[in-house]
Amino acid sequence: MSDKLTGVVVAHSELAASLLAAVRAIAGDDHGLAAVSNTGCDRAALLKSLDAAIGAGPAVVFTDMAGGSCAFTAAALARGRGDVRVVTGVNLAMLVDFAFHRELPVAEAARRAVEVGRTAVGLVEK
Amino acid sequence: MSLVLYRIDDRLIHGQVVVGWGQRLGIGFIVLVDDGVKANVWEQELYRMGVPGAMDVAFATVAEAAGHVAEWERDPRKGILLTGDVDTMVALCDQAPGVRKVNLGGVHAKDGRRERLRYVFLTDAEAAKLVALAARGVEVTAQDLPTTKPVPMADLA
Repeated sequence: MSDKLTGVVVAHSELAASLLAAVRAIAGDDHGLAAVSNTGCDRAALLKSLDAAIGAGPAVVFTDMAGGSCAFTAAALARGRGDVRVVTGVNLAMLVDFAFHRELPVAEAARRAVEVGRTAVGLVEK
Repeated sequence: MSLVLYRIDDRLIHGQVVVGWGQRLGIGFIVLVDDGVKANVWEQELYRMGVPGAMDVAFATVAEAAGHVAEWERDPRKGILLTGDVDTMVALCDQAPGVRKVNLGGVHAKDGRRERLRYVFLTDAEAAKLVALAARGVEVTAQDLPTTKPVPMADLA
């Protein structure tokens, strides 16, 4: 069993799998990240899929929209588990950074992901 | 403008509702009719976090909703009423005869259900209840997003 954090991306349609493909392209492999889609799932089915992907934890769950079914499900699951944190608004920059910082305590890794993700969003001036 | 959508969606408040319908129709409020969510303050807070600040969210049991439908219909804003399953919407229609249109927005796969559309899976009992609702004059159609074509219940039975 690994001492490193698990990361789970849960998102609409094929977004999570595509983000993981991009992480692989940049970082070489999955780095403990897994993808879950909400396609075809009601809340109970998505909860089951997400729980299976998290496994024993500890884990950071990355979701796409703050107000979507993925975020609701992740928050509901994390509520009962002290070793799971949820980060909304996932982007590639935070995932690539997370891939190389999975040894951090889960709360610190989640905070770092938020900071890195925010920093990655900007306006390219002409 | 009143309630412009009575929707059955087992994901309740989520992206399709808030963005897909909410932004396109200029929705000002959402009513979530679910006895379980009504009894769970933490879950209500979670759902409130997921909607834009300009959009109000109300939570109600079926009985409470039945007593408030007329009031919501007089609201100057446009609203969406949501239930998480067929039985809850049918119960609401039984208690609030003013409901004339029901939208099947998302009922996903589960034991005993058969696929009717990509986003609509129903048991025969659920389908029969919706057919009976349609026979009483309620317009029942499936439509996940405003950009897709509504499918009459008769085509899904």
